[in-house]
Amino acid sequence: MFSKLSYRTQRIIIIVSFLIVPLTLLATFSFLPVANMFWYSVTDWNGYSDKEFVGLENYITVFTDPEYFRVFGVSLYYFFATFVQMAIALYFATILSFRVRFKNFFKGVIFFPYLLNGVAIGFMFLFFFRPDGALDTVLQMIGLGDLAMHWLGNPDIINISLAGTSIWRYMGFNFIIFLGAISSISGEIYEAAEIDGANRWQQFRYIIMPSIRIIISLNLVLAISGALSAFEIPYIMTGGANGSATFVIQTVDTAFKYGKIGLASAMAVILLFIVIIVTVLQKRFFSEED
Amino acid sequence: MKAKYAAGSILKYGSLILGVIAAILPILVVFFASFKTGAEYTTTGPLTPPSDWTNFENFKRAFVEGNMLNGFKNTVIILLISIIGTTLIGSMVAFVLNRFKFRGSKLILGAFLLATLIPGVTTQVATFQIVNALGLFNTMWAAIILYLGTDIIAIYIFLQFMNSISVSLDESAMLDGASYFTIYTKIILPLLKPAIVTVIIVRGIFVYNDFYTPFLYMPKTELHVISTALFKFQGPYGSEWEVICAGIMLAIIPTFLAFISLQKHIYNGLTSGSVK
Repeated sequence: MFSKLSYRTQRIIIIVSFLIVPLTLLATFSFLPVANMFWYSVTDWNGYSDKEFVGLENYITVFTDPEYFRVFGVSLYYFFATFVQMAIALYFATILSFRVRFKNFFKGVIFFPYLLNGVAIGFMFLFFFRPDGALDTVLQMIGLGDLAMHWLGNPDIINISLAGTSIWRYMGFNFIIFLGAISSISGEIYEAAEIDGANRWQQFRYIIMPSIRIIISLNLVLAISGALSAFEIPYIMTGGANGSATFVIQTVDTAFKYGKIGLASAMAVILLFIVIIVTVLQKRFFSEED
Repeated sequence: MKAKYAAGSILKYGSLILGVIAAILPILVVFFASFKTGAEYTTTGPLTPPSDWTNFENFKRAFVEGNMLNGFKNTVIILLISIIGTTLIGSMVAFVLNRFKFRGSKLILGAFLLATLIPGVTTQVATFQIVNALGLFNTMWAAIILYLGTDIIAIYIFLQFMNSISVSLDESAMLDGASYFTIYTKIILPLLKPAIVTVIIVRGIFVYNDFYTPFLYMPKTELHVISTALFKFQGPYGSEWEVICAGIMLAIIPTFLAFISLQKHIYNGLTSGSVK
């Protein structure tokens, strides 16, 4: 039906009709929320009341009230966990990029947890960490029974347990990305290195590391925003109890449990800023590298 | 030299086996518990296999009482609509932005890329008010429209793939008198197939596993998806871990089957889909 029209007219029709729905969605669900969030963040809105302008009061609360400020500390656990996670991922990716028996089996098993449903993982580890549960039983089996404790009851340990669960969940993703990057290095380079007498460590240090340095630094930078955005695992497993509330849990609770939309918006704006700054820094870092 | 090689081998396979145990053990104990009866669960250790592998009572209860059946139905509906929608929207935007240069086209591309910087989890406070104002709260459309409206990665994947589809194909079709619409449906869309597979996988994993969106926007029991139906197990089955474990297994099985049958596509999809 279009073919009778000139290409000029068709072009206009196609451009408008193909873009109108996506652009409407983009404006409504990506940009409008951000704009509204900035506006809410300087009001005392509770979801029903009139929005009254309060200036920077909400922002001051977030940075001075220990109840809100404290949660940044929890992010540190997830931040350090990301380093552990990437070290493990890099180790397995390196090993599996060399000749290994049952390679596909190992690759599949190590990667699989990443695909699992977050609620299923949360419950699985609630079960795993139970008193006399699987973890305690294994510790007893290998003679470390004394280490058994209330993994999710002890406020000093809880964030380590949760960050550990987070490593279990996300490591497979880093692993598969690293493995992909390492596999793209030509086999000839290793052969040449072997002829020159380079051992495995030297091959790792001087061939693998330099060629995936960019991917590693990208992932490290992402770790910062990832740590601040940690939500699902702690929310599902503890609901933020026992000192395990993360920044996003705190934001969600402030908004939807206590109805302080203004204050929660200020928290969300702060997180948005941190994430954008980190991303911009990383982009800049990259363009210099290339 | 040989001894050193053997030691290296032991270290290599030892660590791999340790990794496998760490990955499998948490799943395995849940798998064991899901077949145990209530009495058996309390009297046996978590590492003891169940005495009767054909005891499907817990699965039946999780499926029917636990609302998992309904959860599967809702998840499938949302998954299908949002994947078809994402494919259409993403490919349409990519087609227009890649093939036509017009005033504002750079600006539009920039707007889509800028949106990838906004972490969805932060803006929910404000997004909630919009979804509510549109009357979509507690309807399936809340999740569907949010999945469609915030899926910029699909557009990005299609845009990258469009670069590899030669413009000369369009031109020769135009010599035959094909309209732009025909070019999109008959030439571009079929050639985008590998990219469509990637988008289906990346989005499929995301939508199936998403907890946040359905939890926030569809709290009504009839609208529960897999994630939220399972999340509800916490209260009523608090002490009946064998039923919760069956629920966990039910949520995992589809993922496991998809992984086994689509392994290669999943690896490729994630590697190409992650290059933001």
